Amino acid sequence: MASKLQQLYKTFSLQELRKGMGVTGRQFFNKKTTIMYPEEKTPKSPRFRGLHALRRYPNGEERCIACKLCEAVCPALAITIDSEEREDGTRRTTRYDIDLFKCIYCGFCEEACPVDSIVLTDIHEFHMEENGERLADKKRLLEIGDRHEADIAAARKQDAPYR
Amino acid sequence: MSSVEIEIDGKAYPAEAGEMLIEVTDRNGIYIPRFCYHEKLSVAANCRMCLIEVERAPKPLPACATPVTNGMKVHTRSEIAVEAQKGTMEFLLINHPLDCPVCDQGGECPLQDQALGYGKDNSRFMERKRSVPSDDIGPLIATEMTRCIHCTRCVRFGDEVAGVMEMGAPGRGEHVRISTFLDSTIDSEVSGNMIDLCPVGALTSKPFRFAARSWELTDHQSISPHDCLGSNMRIQTLRNRVERVVPKENPDINECWLADRDRFSYQAIHSEKRLTRPMIQRQGTWQEVDWETALTHAVDGLRAIIDQGKADRIGGLAQAASSLEEFHLFQKLIRALGSESVDYRLQQNDFRDDDIAPLFPASELPIRDFGTRSSVLLIGSNIRKEQPLLSLRIRQGWREGKTAVSAINPMDFDLNFACTVSEIAPGTAMLGRTAALAKAIADLSGTNVPAEISALSDGCDLALLAKQLVDADQEGLIVLGAFAQQHPDASLLKALSSWIAETTGNRLAILAPGNSAGGALANCLPGTNGLNKQAMLDSGMAGFVLLGCQPELDCLDGYAGVKTLENADFVVQLTAFKPETHDRHVDVALPICSFAETAGTHVNCEGKIQTARAAIESVGESKPAWKILRVLGNFLNLEGFGQITLSDVTQEVLEAMDSDTAPNCRPSEFRWHSPVSSAPAGLGSIAYMPMYRGDPLVRNALALQSAADNPGPLASLHPETLKKHSLKDGDWAEIGNGNVSSRLRVIKEPRMPRDCVLIPAGYEETVNARAPGALRIARAEQEIP
Repeated sequence: MASKLQQLYKTFSLQELRKGMGVTGRQFFNKKTTIMYPEEKTPKSPRFRGLHALRRYPNGEERCIACKLCEAVCPALAITIDSEEREDGTRRTTRYDIDLFKCIYCGFCEEACPVDSIVLTDIHEFHMEENGERLADKKRLLEIGDRHEADIAAARKQDAPYR
Repeated sequence: MSSVEIEIDGKAYPAEAGEMLIEVTDRNGIYIPRFCYHEKLSVAANCRMCLIEVERAPKPLPACATPVTNGMKVHTRSEIAVEAQKGTMEFLLINHPLDCPVCDQGGECPLQDQALGYGKDNSRFMERKRSVPSDDIGPLIATEMTRCIHCTRCVRFGDEVAGVMEMGAPGRGEHVRISTFLDSTIDSEVSGNMIDLCPVGALTSKPFRFAARSWELTDHQSISPHDCLGSNMRIQTLRNRVERVVPKENPDINECWLADRDRFSYQAIHSEKRLTRPMIQRQGTWQEVDWETALTHAVDGLRAIIDQGKADRIGGLAQAASSLEEFHLFQKLIRALGSESVDYRLQQNDFRDDDIAPLFPASELPIRDFGTRSSVLLIGSNIRKEQPLLSLRIRQGWREGKTAVSAINPMDFDLNFACTVSEIAPGTAMLGRTAALAKAIADLSGTNVPAEISALSDGCDLALLAKQLVDADQEGLIVLGAFAQQHPDASLLKALSSWIAETTGNRLAILAPGNSAGGALANCLPGTNGLNKQAMLDSGMAGFVLLGCQPELDCLDGYAGVKTLENADFVVQLTAFKPETHDRHVDVALPICSFAETAGTHVNCEGKIQTARAAIESVGESKPAWKILRVLGNFLNLEGFGQITLSDVTQEVLEAMDSDTAPNCRPSEFRWHSPVSSAPAGLGSIAYMPMYRGDPLVRNALALQSAADNPGPLASLHPETLKKHSLKDGDWAEIGNGNVSSRLRVIKEPRMPRDCVLIPAGYEETVNARAPGALRIARAEQEIP
């Protein structure tokens, strides 16, 4: 009987409604957390695994030595490498293709790489328009590396103590 | 030897007294790490990786050099053994670079695997590592000597197995290094095996360098097409490309070895010279066409000859390296066209004993017994270059002191064993010397020698050799090599050697190139009204069908081949390679698959039938030769070309074959005729096929072409003979019969007999020098520009 009376009181005094409006009122004056993407962006961890890149040494020489460990470790079989002996006798790739559709962005390739050549950058905003663009070839990967080397190096440095 | 019982890791195992501990553990599947020990090589015990604990021994002992004794108690994984192995590994890794990612051995490296399994997980070595300069030791083996751990397997292989000690370990202690002596190259015909033996990445394959990693390669079992053994090998492919070839162990055939010719000829498969589309020659220019056009053109050309009533003037020549199925369909096609002229014996010149010839060129001795004979006689055989792996077996017997090897050869070949009796008898002298041997044997054993033989004997005293063969007591072997089979009186040499084998009770072996046994069994031989290869080339034909051969290069008498092809109305060539200048007489070139792209059956010299499957898809638009032959048959509306799959062909040929393929290489009767060869008045000529020029596949394998066994078009003469003709080493000379000649460089070769010129076949440049007629040599100013 008592609970029935309590129920009636709550209903007619709009108690629940006022409680809800209270939350709304409080949030109205609080600091906002909505990000205005793409104008605004959240910070990313240095371990973020986005688009791939091939890095170079400071003297401009490509790091990759065609050891094919990334190809072997890739669980999605997204990497295809052909190798040869370059004129100067070093071991180099003639083809380095990553299928961005097959890739699951697990980062194993980066972990396997003995020369820190293949890396996953923090770039996550990329798209394809043409058929075939899903294959990132060696030229494109090196270009990405060249363009973002500063960011890539900074992210590796930041994470180095924990590796 | 008495048997003993030893205890390994608490379990009892039977063993033979005196055998090494590692042999017992290997037999029972107990793995002991090792680098220097190899079952085919002597024990060096220098890597110390196989240290194990033996009870009551003061220190850990190397398993590879510790003979077992009764009641021995061994612990392979005890604390002492593990500690010893870890210590050894730490020392090995002190100077070994950690460049596994760029090392071709990475992924199949015993050092890598054992460092993981038996080494420590970190290094305490902070000092500088030693670095050793790498030399260029030839086109087949790449070196990276900093990686070398001095196990000396390569040194022992050269010294013990190959018979040429090309690698050595000069220096001591820190300064020891494995290298060739005097910066020379490695020229052995079995050098590729050092790549397999090397437990680290110090010696790797140069043609394979950086091409792929071991884990991504797919293995395909295959059979080598180049020699009469049918060596078992594994073709390793990546993404439809043959990346390398490695041996597959077969104790009855090739043990664990493979000759360089079989190992590196795969390079030709993806060569730039591969013919990928059919080609037709019209008014001297080659043009690529589609299959339909090419086949129609070929069929029209052949039909024109048949319509002229010259069907029996169509000749078929096949490469000895073809498969059994190809041989079968090829002879079937030629016979269905109405000709009996079909042959594959491109390097043979005397066919007078064809009607009494044995079923196929064979070895009456199983391959595995080549190393166990008490006596081996080589007649006209440079076996080391002709059948490298058989030579290794003979050498093994010779090294163990079991085998006495003798030779009757046209020149003093550089064999990998020493001959007790070495008779140098070039040209017709080989016949006289062999007859002298037969006579000496008859005298010794008191049998009657046919009068023709004693009349031919050159009177040389060969009592010692005769005694050796008679005393062999059926344990001997007589080998007829390439120089005997290509002899103008080969039939007499066969009759003679067969008589000698019969009289002394020894075995006989005729070692022919490639799948010759398959060619004979598939009856790719002229019929009763047909012409053999020599008759075809000498008398000329209206048309030719060539299966994977280039007569100008493949025949020792290439000059006749050129003339005959020139005069033929129509020539169809089934070939894997683009037409070159020496194919100028060909009208249609149909691209065929190489051995790696099609299945095929190979019959080896002991009659063993082995089938290989295709390893990759065909290159370009090339098709398996058997399919082309079948389609040609269909286009020509011939009967019996309805096979659907290769196994239909295989079944057909096996049914048609003589069911008894027991190897026998004696003529069915002893028949004699007067010899055609006579001692030349002036210079004698010895033609030969260099081992890396013998078929189109090896001719297009780049690395082999730069190897030492491809001498180039050079004429070799004895220094005295050079002087006699006022020539110097390296001079240019005009060599020919007076009508035609080749301008070749001459080099001195002290192993040559006097007054003889050694001219290699397989080169376009030497064709005229090999033309028949009295040989003349004259100094020439320089190379033709």
